[in-house]
Amino acid sequence: MAAPMMRRYPTWLRAGKVSFENVTVLRDWKRAVSASVLCWNSKGITTKENRDVSWAAVVGLEIHAQISSNSKLFSCSQVQFAAPPNSLVSFLDASLPGTLPVLNRRCVEAAVSTGLALNCTINKKSLFDRKHYFYADLPAGYQITQHRIPIAVNGCLSYFMQAGKNQNEIVTKTVRIKQIQLEQDSGKSLHDDFRNQTLIDLNRAGIGLMELVMEPDMCCGEEAAAAVRELQLILRALGSSQANMAEGQLRVDANVSVHRPGQLYGVRTEVKNINSARFLAKAIDYEIHRQIEELENGGTILNETRAFDFKLGCTVAMRDKEGKQDYRFMPEPNLPPLILYDAKSLPTHISGQQVVNIDWIRERLPDLPSAKRAKLVERYGIQPQHSFTLENEDGLMDFFESVVNATEMKPQKVIGWVINNFLSYLKLYNITVKESLVTPLLLAELLDLVASRTISSSAAKQVLEEMWKGEKKTPALIVKEKKLNLLQDWNELESICWTVMRDHQKEVAEIKKGNHKVLNTIIGHVQRTTRGRSDPVTVKQILEKLLS
Amino acid sequence: MAGKMLRASLREISAALKKGHVSSTELCQKCLSLIKTTKFLNAYITVTEDIALKQAQASEERYRQGQPLGDLDGVPVAVKDNFSTAGIETTCASKMLKGYIPPYNATVVQKLLDQGAVLLGKTNLDEFAMGSGSTDGAFGPVRNPWSYSRQYKGKCAPTSCAQPEDASWLITGGSSGGSAAAVSSFTCFAALGSDTGGSTRNPASLCGVVGLKPTYGLISRYGLIPLVNSMDVPGILTRCVDDAAAMLGVLGGHDPKDSTTVQDPFCPFQLPNLIDMKNFCIGVPKEYSAAGLSSEILAVWSRAADLFEKAGAKVMEVSLPHTAYSIVCYHVLCAADVASNMARFDGLEYGHRSSADQSTEALIAATRREGFNDVVRGRILSGNYFLLKQNYDNYFIKAQKVRRLIATDFAKLFRSGVDILLTPTTLNQAMSYHEFIKEDNRTRSAQDDIFTQAANMAGLPAVSVPSALSGKGLPIGLQFIGRAFHELQLLMVARWFEKQVQFPVLDLEGIMDPLDTVSHQEKSAFFS
Repeated sequence: MAAPMMRRYPTWLRAGKVSFENVTVLRDWKRAVSASVLCWNSKGITTKENRDVSWAAVVGLEIHAQISSNSKLFSCSQVQFAAPPNSLVSFLDASLPGTLPVLNRRCVEAAVSTGLALNCTINKKSLFDRKHYFYADLPAGYQITQHRIPIAVNGCLSYFMQAGKNQNEIVTKTVRIKQIQLEQDSGKSLHDDFRNQTLIDLNRAGIGLMELVMEPDMCCGEEAAAAVRELQLILRALGSSQANMAEGQLRVDANVSVHRPGQLYGVRTEVKNINSARFLAKAIDYEIHRQIEELENGGTILNETRAFDFKLGCTVAMRDKEGKQDYRFMPEPNLPPLILYDAKSLPTHISGQQVVNIDWIRERLPDLPSAKRAKLVERYGIQPQHSFTLENEDGLMDFFESVVNATEMKPQKVIGWVINNFLSYLKLYNITVKESLVTPLLLAELLDLVASRTISSSAAKQVLEEMWKGEKKTPALIVKEKKLNLLQDWNELESICWTVMRDHQKEVAEIKKGNHKVLNTIIGHVQRTTRGRSDPVTVKQILEKLLS
Repeated sequence: MAGKMLRASLREISAALKKGHVSSTELCQKCLSLIKTTKFLNAYITVTEDIALKQAQASEERYRQGQPLGDLDGVPVAVKDNFSTAGIETTCASKMLKGYIPPYNATVVQKLLDQGAVLLGKTNLDEFAMGSGSTDGAFGPVRNPWSYSRQYKGKCAPTSCAQPEDASWLITGGSSGGSAAAVSSFTCFAALGSDTGGSTRNPASLCGVVGLKPTYGLISRYGLIPLVNSMDVPGILTRCVDDAAAMLGVLGGHDPKDSTTVQDPFCPFQLPNLIDMKNFCIGVPKEYSAAGLSSEILAVWSRAADLFEKAGAKVMEVSLPHTAYSIVCYHVLCAADVASNMARFDGLEYGHRSSADQSTEALIAATRREGFNDVVRGRILSGNYFLLKQNYDNYFIKAQKVRRLIATDFAKLFRSGVDILLTPTTLNQAMSYHEFIKEDNRTRSAQDDIFTQAANMAGLPAVSVPSALSGKGLPIGLQFIGRAFHELQLLMVARWFEKQVQFPVLDLEGIMDPLDTVSHQEKSAFFS
């Protein structure tokens, strides 16, 4: 049975069968950065402390960020992830003869705001070009891109990494941004091995992309991953891209080379097919490793494109296309130069609605992640590394702030609950902040019980555990049902302490000899006996009184 | 009478429709009937008889209710088959698009329909408008109606004269030959052509009709299947200058779907009846006395210049030093655009698809090999060569620089006070098909576009006006080139000239007879 080439095609798009292309299937990956090393010696062992570095690696990135917009770059088709195949295809997207591109203003604004956030110079005049190649999912036979003059140039991105093992020490690094260009996305080819045919989905064809070219200022996978992570946060803060790697909204290619320190850069390879920040670090580090090994064994590095195989954890040379590809660039004749204005150059007779005003966009830039983190540290007195944790998990910062606003507990204590307990649960159950059943208000209610000394911390943890079960009970109800409230009755506590002391004669003797550290052990036993319902401070007072 | 009705101008027929002297349906039926009678001209690729009759009925109903859509309501028109027409096959005279039915109308087609015009069909052309004879299309060559005229037959020896079944018929010129033949043979009142290097003006000249190439950016190209995007302009073919102005009024103006149309508001205009030549400065470019220009056309051209001078216009010889490079420059730019524009025809989304299915590459290669003719493939190959990284600067960039020089030549002249340039449209009158195909498409295009091409390079408006009959009884056209967006000025001069020369009406003896029994009264011709 031959499946149609374009499923759910509009009547003017016709179905048929096409054979063979290699395709990339996007998969869902958990985002996480793997720890990788900073420098490499000949054996590929981390040599941060070892000053005898015999190889240096150079890493540059080319990043395609899908612009978050309602419609495509040059057509009015909707942009939507996971829509039925070929349901979002305009005449232009399908390259019907006679159709013309019309530039989407929203995409231009997204690129300008991204350029500004990355400290770029915005070109007041940029140009569009055609880049030609034949591929089944490129209907026009060319991609419209910005080859000669891109919309933004000469920027930089600051990103942050932990310095060594000290969690509290964070170093700032910078990578230069060579340029940002607007271009069209291609469609998707899905290869059906079983029926030996290729299915084309043009939903993605023509969606606006920003291609960001980063200079080779990084030296390992971890740096690249950290830079990409920071970029993701910036793009999301701007709203210029959702920047989700798993959904393909952010695609990263890495250029990697190695050389002896003090010598010229080596021949570089391009690593493609990287679908998560974790794999980015892995792929780059593998490639650095491979190149060093190759050179040490007397081999040479070829200027080639390599794909990262996530199953094998290695890069493999991609099928060599016959000869070198010549893209035969030419100016896109159907689009006039893209002219942007600023407050100074804005002509008086033109209204702000008709043109894109760089200054107008600059004034409306939201707080960027680094500024937000600084504010968090200042406002709530939390540790800098906690501000990163809050920022890195989508929605966690808002969650934290909502909790802080709703509880009596001090922010410095709230952060511990949010990061050590709440976030751990999210990771454990692999869910997002949005999906969490524990809302900020519920957590605040729970923390209030702790702050008012109605329950102990350990009891609160039990309540939280209960709350994750999703029975929608309030913390107070759980405390009541499980009888987790703090034992306030002095006599009752005293009798429990008596019982514990009786059962732990040895420890009591130790304390009496003057070893007061053992007191904590006794307190622990009391806690266990009361299932966390006793207040350690009160228990301590009672024990001290009883032992004196 | 039917024949007289069909020979009317667009404005006359529009008035007749409004007054109820003729009904839209009757008019449409007459045109369809003449299309059938003149089928041997091969002017139409598709005749949309049913759609046309339905449109005509709707038009008639509107007139009955006193609510016509516009001046074109009920007026039969034809459209070159490289404009996208919703629900109507659009082939570009190529096997590649045979059977392709677009889902949308080109903006110019939509504008005609919005005015109530009745679309009779899609006219023939050179494949993808690449040619100057209308001889290189997948549906065969177009025959020039003048081959069968009393004027031509009367002037040539009986043995060499064309009969419908005979092989010595004349070409129409191209690539909008189908549209020119359709208008010339009275099967419609106006037709859309396209003009990239002269494709509207050239066949207009050879078929004795008016061919207007408006300023680049004045009329939307949305839906015009492109040849060279930066030079293509929808062209207008009519039987008189007034009609061209009326069509322009309907078609002009900014289109949000075409970013290369200008935003300035466009005001449709009517040409004034009295035009004084005293205030005009007519430039006659000396470089247009090119080698190969027929002495007859040279004579017509120079008499035309005298005519203007006598009427009080300032006529001066001017120079366009870079025009000589126009054709070579065009070959590079055209081929590059063709290579790029044709890349979309891969057989996957629409159009012809080869049965080769070993791989996607093989499928695309075979599809393109089978779908395009030699002319198209040749331009694709050379275009890709010019765009290669190592050739780009030497060819494409250089050609763009030359183009700028050509455009600057014109700008300088117009700045110096010249209003209109007067030139021949073609080197020769229409030649026979057998003569024409002795040279290949490339050679012919180079010869035939020589006077028309530069206006496209510079984006200027130009119009070819029928000026005289040659010794053989064939039409000779002259070209007027104007300032950008000064169509009113250009057409005023063209109309004045048209009035003076009194170009004779094509006499299709024996062919239109069934429709028209009126005796042939040739108007006095100024230049005969």
